[in-house]
Amino acid sequence: MPVSNYDIVIVGAGPAGLTAGIYAGRARLKTLLLEKLIHGGQVMTTDLVENYPGFPEGISGFELSDRMRKQAERFGLEFRPGEVLELEPGADGHRLLLEGEELHAGAVIIASGARHRSLGVPGEKALTGKGVSYCATCDGALYRGETIAVVGGGDTALTDTLFLCRFAKKIHLIHRRDALRGEKFLQEQVLAQEKQGKVKIHWSTVVEEIQGKQAVETLKLKNVKTGEVTPLPVAGVFIFVGITPNTAWLQGRVPLDEWGFVFTDDKMATSIPGIYAAGDVRSKLLRQIATAVGDGAIAAFAAETYLTEHRRR
Amino acid sequence: MSSEPLQVSDATFEEEILKSDIPAMVDFWAAWCGPCRAIAPVVEELARDYQGKVKVAKMNVDENAKTPAKYGIRAIPTLIIFKGGQVMEQITGAVSRSLIENALKKAL
Repeated sequence: MPVSNYDIVIVGAGPAGLTAGIYAGRARLKTLLLEKLIHGGQVMTTDLVENYPGFPEGISGFELSDRMRKQAERFGLEFRPGEVLELEPGADGHRLLLEGEELHAGAVIIASGARHRSLGVPGEKALTGKGVSYCATCDGALYRGETIAVVGGGDTALTDTLFLCRFAKKIHLIHRRDALRGEKFLQEQVLAQEKQGKVKIHWSTVVEEIQGKQAVETLKLKNVKTGEVTPLPVAGVFIFVGITPNTAWLQGRVPLDEWGFVFTDDKMATSIPGIYAAGDVRSKLLRQIATAVGDGAIAAFAAETYLTEHRRR
Repeated sequence: MSSEPLQVSDATFEEEILKSDIPAMVDFWAAWCGPCRAIAPVVEELARDYQGKVKVAKMNVDENAKTPAKYGIRAIPTLIIFKGGQVMEQITGAVSRSLIENALKKAL
């Protein structure tokens, strides 16, 4: 198996990994950034990013991550597709196993991010891609003039409800609590759409089942306060009920919290020397592009310091 | 034949794709779909590499509603490979070049 050596290997090319790449590149460290899917991570599916500083009119998620990638490459970052199957920490550097390939790294920055969580109700899996969607910017345009549902009440659910207003005739927003959780700024816009009759919010309501033969036809809704069950005919359902970390490959290797996010200190260091984590994959309070970028910069700087001290010894 | 992907619409789909002499691959996409933009370079590469063997085309689902509805497309990016007017393969999501290429080779 071919073996390559790097100072730093960064796993995941979202905002945290790309920022770490910019800093590591400028530190003139031999750095590799691996991405298993497409660079940008979850940002890639965001229509308009409005809370990242420096873009008063907002910027598309694709554009923002593409700019970050170009910036990192300008400073000499090596970037390629690849999925880490296993991480073997060592006292004298770490081994990363990929398909048909092995990497040795002085330091590793885990920036593998998170992905959408599923509801886990009957019908969801079978009808994914047939009316069940987790990406409004991808699939929204296919529901022009139709009645659809959005499940959730956080930032992503609200942002994407507003995006879907461009296409759908009517949007049923289904939320398990009696108040929305997302930014007040987004809440105001969604409530304005409700006033105009475009959006209907179903408070304290959960989806119990997604029904349909070839495609989504009906949602079985249950009011959690009254216990009342009602059918809701829709052409599609967009699910935004939080995220789950991409850390299956780290089980038993790096300490994780009860939800699977990586524990770090304020230097982004895990409890294993030379292994750092940055961005959404970390156990932390607020998962945003702005916080991911900060994590990435700190992780790269801490890794550089670690490598310098480690080699001096 | 051009090495760029051919832009097709509801109006030209039958003539260009269903009646094509060679297998055809259509990339159903939309401008605001990040994953669609991420696989666009791969589709362009395949158009060049399979020039004369596979007709590679793109359809904007935002401007064309009939064809996506006909093929039950509810998620993009979706790639459909046609041969003799029949669907040979349907691939959804941003996937690797090798996965698309394997499907193309089966249709050749």
